[in-house]
Amino acid sequence: MTATATSNTKPADRPNRPSGAARLGQWAMNNGALVGLILLCLALFIATPDFLKLDNLVNIGIQASVVAIMAFGMTFVIVTAGIDLSVGAVAALGAMVSAYSFSTLGLPGILTLFIGLLIGALAGAISGLSIAYGKLPAFIATLAMMSVARGLTLVISDGTPIPTSGSVSLLGSSIGAFPVPIIAMVIAGLLCWFVLSRTVLGRSMYAIGGNEEAARLSGLPVKRILVTVYALAGLFAGLAGMVLAGRLSSAGPQAGVGYELDAIAAVVIGGASLSGGSGRATGTLVGAILLAVIRNGLNLLNVSSFWQQVVIGLVIALAVGFDVLRRKTAR
Amino acid sequence: MPDQRTPLLTLKSVSKSFGPVKVIDDVTVDVRAGEVEVLLGENGAGKSTLIKMMSGIYQPDTGRILVDGQPVHLPDVKAAEAHGIATIHQELNLVPQLSVAENITLGRTPQRFGVVDKPRMNAVAREALERIGLDVPLAKPVGELGVARQQLVEIAKALSQDARLLILDEPTAALTGREIDALFEVVDDLKRRGVGMVFISHHLDEIPRIGDSISVLRDGQFVAQVPANTSQDNLIALMVGRDIDDQFPRKRPEEQGEPLLEVQGLSSGEAFEDVNFSVHAGEVLGIAGLVGAGRTEVLRAIFGVDPYDSGSVTLQGKALPPHDVGRSIAEGLGLVPEDRKSQGLVLDASVGDNAGLATLRSTSKFGLVDRSGQRSRAQVVTDQLAVRMAGLDQPIRDLSGGNQQKVVFARWVMADAKVLLLDEPTRGVDVGAKVEIYELINEITSLGGAVVMVSSELPEVLGMSDRVLVMSNGRVAGVLDADDATEDSVMALAVSEVTSAVTASEPSTKSAGTPS
Repeated sequence: MTATATSNTKPADRPNRPSGAARLGQWAMNNGALVGLILLCLALFIATPDFLKLDNLVNIGIQASVVAIMAFGMTFVIVTAGIDLSVGAVAALGAMVSAYSFSTLGLPGILTLFIGLLIGALAGAISGLSIAYGKLPAFIATLAMMSVARGLTLVISDGTPIPTSGSVSLLGSSIGAFPVPIIAMVIAGLLCWFVLSRTVLGRSMYAIGGNEEAARLSGLPVKRILVTVYALAGLFAGLAGMVLAGRLSSAGPQAGVGYELDAIAAVVIGGASLSGGSGRATGTLVGAILLAVIRNGLNLLNVSSFWQQVVIGLVIALAVGFDVLRRKTAR
Repeated sequence: MPDQRTPLLTLKSVSKSFGPVKVIDDVTVDVRAGEVEVLLGENGAGKSTLIKMMSGIYQPDTGRILVDGQPVHLPDVKAAEAHGIATIHQELNLVPQLSVAENITLGRTPQRFGVVDKPRMNAVAREALERIGLDVPLAKPVGELGVARQQLVEIAKALSQDARLLILDEPTAALTGREIDALFEVVDDLKRRGVGMVFISHHLDEIPRIGDSISVLRDGQFVAQVPANTSQDNLIALMVGRDIDDQFPRKRPEEQGEPLLEVQGLSSGEAFEDVNFSVHAGEVLGIAGLVGAGRTEVLRAIFGVDPYDSGSVTLQGKALPPHDVGRSIAEGLGLVPEDRKSQGLVLDASVGDNAGLATLRSTSKFGLVDRSGQRSRAQVVTDQLAVRMAGLDQPIRDLSGGNQQKVVFARWVMADAKVLLLDEPTRGVDVGAKVEIYELINEITSLGGAVVMVSSELPEVLGMSDRVLVMSNGRVAGVLDADDATEDSVMALAVSEVTSAVTASEPSTKSAGTPS
């Protein structure tokens, strides 16, 4: 034995090249949420063949879209070890300002679409500034933003829904056979994947979430990146809010209440850790669809919406518990 | 000297495998009452696996554990504690917010009808502290104590649970010289009371002061049991399985090069004042001083991590703006921080991602990562630095300390840094990898780079530096040529600015009032 072998004596150092069934098992472990989703779909199909009808699947896609878009934005935040509780309220505010600028101010429809996105990004940037430069904990800064955004939404709307412009309503409708919410979800997902895997910004997010100090000492502009991250989350929330408003052709003061928790759940079910440094766009997509499938399936099975809450809670606990177990065995 | 007494604890021919890898292979170790058994070996030699078996965290696959000569089974930590075996881990198991007394009695807090019985809690804690002669206020939150005293609180806690065998896992790693003296006095006292101890340390010079015998491990196998006064060279040879010709293979440059880094009048609040020095191409400037002398703070200020009040930093003739890490890196500065795990590495990320962290932005185009370029450069540099890994995609968490540190160096080689600021570059790195890091420093300077090295290990400072700058209490106390510098002359400068007021404000224990 020579001294060069010392580093190979640790268990984790050994190269791991399993094959066949072992590799499938490994893949299943790493994609637990996806496997769960597939199994759930099979079970629902057996229980009620209506489940796999095209209409129903499109319905699920539309149901999933708003939470999925928000969750993609949330993925950035969670990868940096942050949290954004404000996305539901920011979504409502973005949609409300957009609708207000159309209905009351008479601005052109396409412009109001961008106003909605801008308001979302702005709200996110403010959260980001108070977190990065004001040193507020993300939980507190975004909790405050949630209250402020919801309050402003109520102030602007005076408590009643406002009609949206045609451009925004288009977001909730279909182009031919293609439902625009699903298209928006796919585009948001691709954007999220691209940013996270290919851009300096995305890779920096993983570094910051994994070890903020190491990222800073490697010359990454941590504060600027954090502001961008929350602005992106706000932008995605603004888009989600307008898809939601578009489906109803009006922005409601209570739109999106509680959606931030669904978005967080989707990200976490998708395999991200709240302690940062991990998370993938595909996982988040699976998480958001899983939530929608559960709701849809339980509806088809005539389970009361009260019980749906219970089931979704259990699924979140199960998914994260499974993930903790996976990480433990991987060590 | 043959000892007829039954050992307190014996691991008899134990083996342990993780998957196909045997990490401990047929090792036998005895720990006797009133003696300190030193476990020595490089990182990955199996020391931590061994002590985890002693403390019930791991169970041996084969072999037996004997306590007082009787075979026992230690399924968990509680079982080991029931036999009087306690471990003082490197990462202390204390709750910083709770008081000293609460920590000592944690898990068995005296209570009456569910209410904490404070008088009894304090009595238990006071007795525990008295046993090791530690004088700290019982009500003080543990987090407000220094590391050294926290460690002693933890030892007191173990003793109050009737521990007969203490496992000390690198207890001196975070301590200053005087704190180590204090700790060793406690250890000596415990020996006299018949407590057996297992001691792990990377500091070979500590071993004869404290140990009775040494069990040397290499690659999970038992190599030899030798007396504690075995020479350091022999110990190193036993550990690495070959002779290391030279612990400090510094090749000094023939002549002085151009000044690369110039620091003038740098001051920052209480941390340091009027620091001046320059480092030339091909040179290693060592910075010595006591912990708290402001060495790390100076490095961080130069690198732009922290702002400073006045002064200037010039790199290759160009003034560096304060508080701008990005610019410092762009101009050719690199920092290997003090604490690899909390400041140097993204532990969950891969080797490749960690190596490429400083060049992520500079090599990007239109905000997109240069994935293939980053990867191939990381491959080249990690090969060049002989990082032992399964591949660039391996999580860096799985590498040994020395290899992790080499990846931090690789980051700066990739970034083409001209001047490297090193803060305790070989902390937690085993002997073999230390020499490799020294060779790396040689290579950097031979290519015309310069190195500023802060280190608390005097032999390292003296062995690797061309000049030694000594800081004391935030000021430059003096600069010595390597040829003139001795441990004594460096230490004399290091304490020169330390007033009695400072020493009086941090006495470590009652029994250690006088510095040696």
